[in-house]
Amino acid sequence: MSPDGAALAARLRERDLAAAPEALNLLESSGPEDRLQADALLAALSPAALGGEAPGHVVGVTGPPGAGKSTMLSALLAGWRARGRTVALLAVDPSSRRSGGSLLGDRARIEFDARDAGVLIRSSAAGERLGGLARSTAASADALAVAFDVVVIETVGVGQAETDVAEAADTVAVVVQPGAGDALQFLKSGIMEVPDVLVVTKADLGQLAVSARRDLSAALRSLGARSTPVVAISSLPPTSGIEELLDALELHRRSIDLAGRRTAARRARALREFLAEHGERGVRELGGRAEAERVLSTQDPGAEVPALIAALEGSPRA
Amino acid sequence: MSGERPARLPERDRPWMMRTYAGHSTAKASNELYRRNLAKGQTGLSIAFDLPTQTGYDPDDELARGEVGKVGVPISHRGDMAALMDGIPLDEMNTSMTINATAAWLLALYIVTAEQHGVAEEQLQGTTQNDIIKEFLARGTYAFPPAPSMRLIADMIAYTVEHVPRWNPINICSYHLQEAGATPVQEIAYAMSNAIAVLDAARERVEPERMEAVFGRISFFVNAGVRFIEEHAKLRAMSILWEQIGTERYGVQDPRHLRFRYGVQVNSLGLTEVQPENNVQRIVLEALAVTLGRDARARAIQLPAWNEALGLPRPWDQQWSLRIQQVLAYETDILEYGDIFEGSKVMDALVQELLEGARAEMDVVAQHGGAVEAVPYMKAALVDSHRERLRRIESGEQVVVGQNRFEETEQSPLTADAEGGILVVDPALEAEQIEEVRAWRSARDQAAVDGALAQLAEAARDEGGELNLMVPTIAAARAGATTGEWAATLRGVFGSYRAPTGVGEAAAGSSNGELTELRAEVERLQEQLGRRPKMLVGKPGLDGHSNGAEQVALRARDAGMDVVYDGIRLTPAQIAASALQEGVHVIGLSILSGSHRELIPAVMEALRERGVQAPVIVGGIIPEHDVPDLLKDGAAAVYTPKDFDITRIMREIVALLAAQAERPALAAGSAPA
Repeated sequence: MSPDGAALAARLRERDLAAAPEALNLLESSGPEDRLQADALLAALSPAALGGEAPGHVVGVTGPPGAGKSTMLSALLAGWRARGRTVALLAVDPSSRRSGGSLLGDRARIEFDARDAGVLIRSSAAGERLGGLARSTAASADALAVAFDVVVIETVGVGQAETDVAEAADTVAVVVQPGAGDALQFLKSGIMEVPDVLVVTKADLGQLAVSARRDLSAALRSLGARSTPVVAISSLPPTSGIEELLDALELHRRSIDLAGRRTAARRARALREFLAEHGERGVRELGGRAEAERVLSTQDPGAEVPALIAALEGSPRA
Repeated sequence: MSGERPARLPERDRPWMMRTYAGHSTAKASNELYRRNLAKGQTGLSIAFDLPTQTGYDPDDELARGEVGKVGVPISHRGDMAALMDGIPLDEMNTSMTINATAAWLLALYIVTAEQHGVAEEQLQGTTQNDIIKEFLARGTYAFPPAPSMRLIADMIAYTVEHVPRWNPINICSYHLQEAGATPVQEIAYAMSNAIAVLDAARERVEPERMEAVFGRISFFVNAGVRFIEEHAKLRAMSILWEQIGTERYGVQDPRHLRFRYGVQVNSLGLTEVQPENNVQRIVLEALAVTLGRDARARAIQLPAWNEALGLPRPWDQQWSLRIQQVLAYETDILEYGDIFEGSKVMDALVQELLEGARAEMDVVAQHGGAVEAVPYMKAALVDSHRERLRRIESGEQVVVGQNRFEETEQSPLTADAEGGILVVDPALEAEQIEEVRAWRSARDQAAVDGALAQLAEAARDEGGELNLMVPTIAAARAGATTGEWAATLRGVFGSYRAPTGVGEAAAGSSNGELTELRAEVERLQEQLGRRPKMLVGKPGLDGHSNGAEQVALRARDAGMDVVYDGIRLTPAQIAASALQEGVHVIGLSILSGSHRELIPAVMEALRERGVQAPVIVGGIIPEHDVPDLLKDGAAAVYTPKDFDITRIMREIVALLAAQAERPALAAGSAPA
């Protein structure tokens, strides 16, 4: 028997954080009945139903393995909690699924108070999907942003992961460690899109961190991205830069047209999922990508992704 | 000509130092045990501390629950240390302490206790294990991040070389690497790389002219498995490498300082729960590995007891192991000859082979930036080796008598008594220790303790400065601070740390027919559940022996499950939070410290509080007669060391979940809304 999606949505709207784990179980399920309930849950939490965008700040954090993301997230969690924010962290593990299974070891590396009901950490495997997110991650973030003040999506990689994250997050932070030239190269060559915030970890390394920060700032300037902040942090005690990073993330969120960004992101996701389901041929039958985008643009800006996909599927030419 | 040399030594060699790794319940009970052991002919002490003492918590800390006095003696303050050493002459005794993260603190308590007995610190002899890298790799009783941990070690070395010159401040441990699955080549290479990291750190903290003495004070703690010819070759290879490192890297010239000195505890990993009497002959053969050849003979030996795979050994079990050493030393002719392998082509070739392999692996570690930086690499390599070892045993390629071959057996009379032939620590002792440490705190001069801890914090903050942490540590011991307070003060400055688990990096396992079949069952289960089956694997309590848990996690992954590996040192609340938040379908918990009777009910309670209904599977060193109680406490299944076939365990877990999924009320991982 599937859980009642609408009832779970009602609890999340009342910011009942205890409803979150079961909502996530539902959103991750591929059981046919579960999928119907999941759609009901997302419909009840759509901006159209809420009368506005979900209040939570969705932050994407991505970077290569070993860049110090886990230690940084431990420090950020503590920082947000100290500011009175509730936080949900969706940790997406890149581990290969050769056997079908995956090992999600990240949770063990993030420190938080287990008794603190204001923090939730959920791990999932990226699976076969290119681009770094699990199938349900973006929908999970949409739902959790109704109940939590901050929702973090953590992924691993540089060069493509942040594209996917950008369609799910309000603010994307790319994390690099000093001495790692990859990020610089990817940035210059345009393989990596310019992030909203760039974080250089291990500031305790001194000169190396200073020069990494300088090189990245120079690369951003040459790309005309003068306003992108580069924040140097040290997550080991004595920590430094964490408050500055929290401020930079919040400042970015306040500086953007949130509803516009999210509407565009939802429409992009709907098109991509339609493509994954029906293929290029399905898009051609719709009348091509431009026609698909036109159909989407006629929908309610506050419509949730499953409703947008249904609109594409139900479009007269499909 | 070999004929020119007499076969016999002019004088029989003196036996090695004989120890028994011992300690349990309370300082007083352990003191009585030590005195009895010494009366039986034991020639040195080897102190086993309980896990709270090893990881820097007092008995009344939440994390200490169920662990107080279990795998060793609880020592919270100088009063405990005085009771532990009561009536033992500290100016004559050679004391080895298996203590790492809190080594500086326990040495300080020992120094202060000696001082109260009128024994000056320069007279003290003994060893603090103090090898933190292998704690990150294999044993898990670390307390602080790597960099400050290395500084503590370097400070201890600098202090003891000057003030406690007969003390071995560190024992580089290859022992635990073998327990974690290391091959002989890995054991040699990682131990030597580890020693280099320690010596390089010490070089920053001592005067250059003292480095020769520092090198001479580094000793090793090694392992010996049942393949005792190769194991002996390993020790010969280590002495050759050590001398080479001394002369080439540190310019040591005095041959006495270049000597490879080691103590040994022989292999526990190979001891079996089934037909446990067979462990006696395994232990004897392993003892030969470290005594046969005079050129690479152990300085000190402690042997495990025959029943270690069953639970905690009793004094009588440990006496048996001491008697093995005494028969070897006093009845056989082993000590009457020169090196019996000198000129052996087989031995020389074996040594050469190991040297080549070890040098190549040391280069890999060096390329990672040395042992501290290479911890994730080495950890993943060990997890892989251990998995390969398990695979060979499961497939029968590696014979373990009584376990995967010759399984037919008569009932053993050794395990027939009510307790199953092991030591059971009275659970009431924990409450007494809690009372005791609280009474200690309220009776002391609090202002003096506060002042001493403030000085300690200040020295800790003086990064790379002149202050040696041993000085304020000894002052805090004298003032009456507790183990938990000392460690909490340093955690406050250094931060705490979670070591890499090695499982994320481990490669996917090779598949065989059985595993393929299991994957198909997991796929079917996924259809039933709607989601891929998700399993939480972790270790409650302070026990850091994570090898078993890691292997279970890997196998579950290879079987096609999503595995949340939560690592070591988890409180019941953390396990319950992870299970709930992650929406897992099943929880696997591993406990080797004997604290399952306290921890499992506490975990079940925490799960109930949060409404988690996922079944709990328990594994570890669980005595057979505890199994019914654990099932009654709510465990869905219990696996003991005799269940070595992990694929079979996985199959049973999948079957359990499939049966539960049939009954819809229990299908979800969390409570109904």
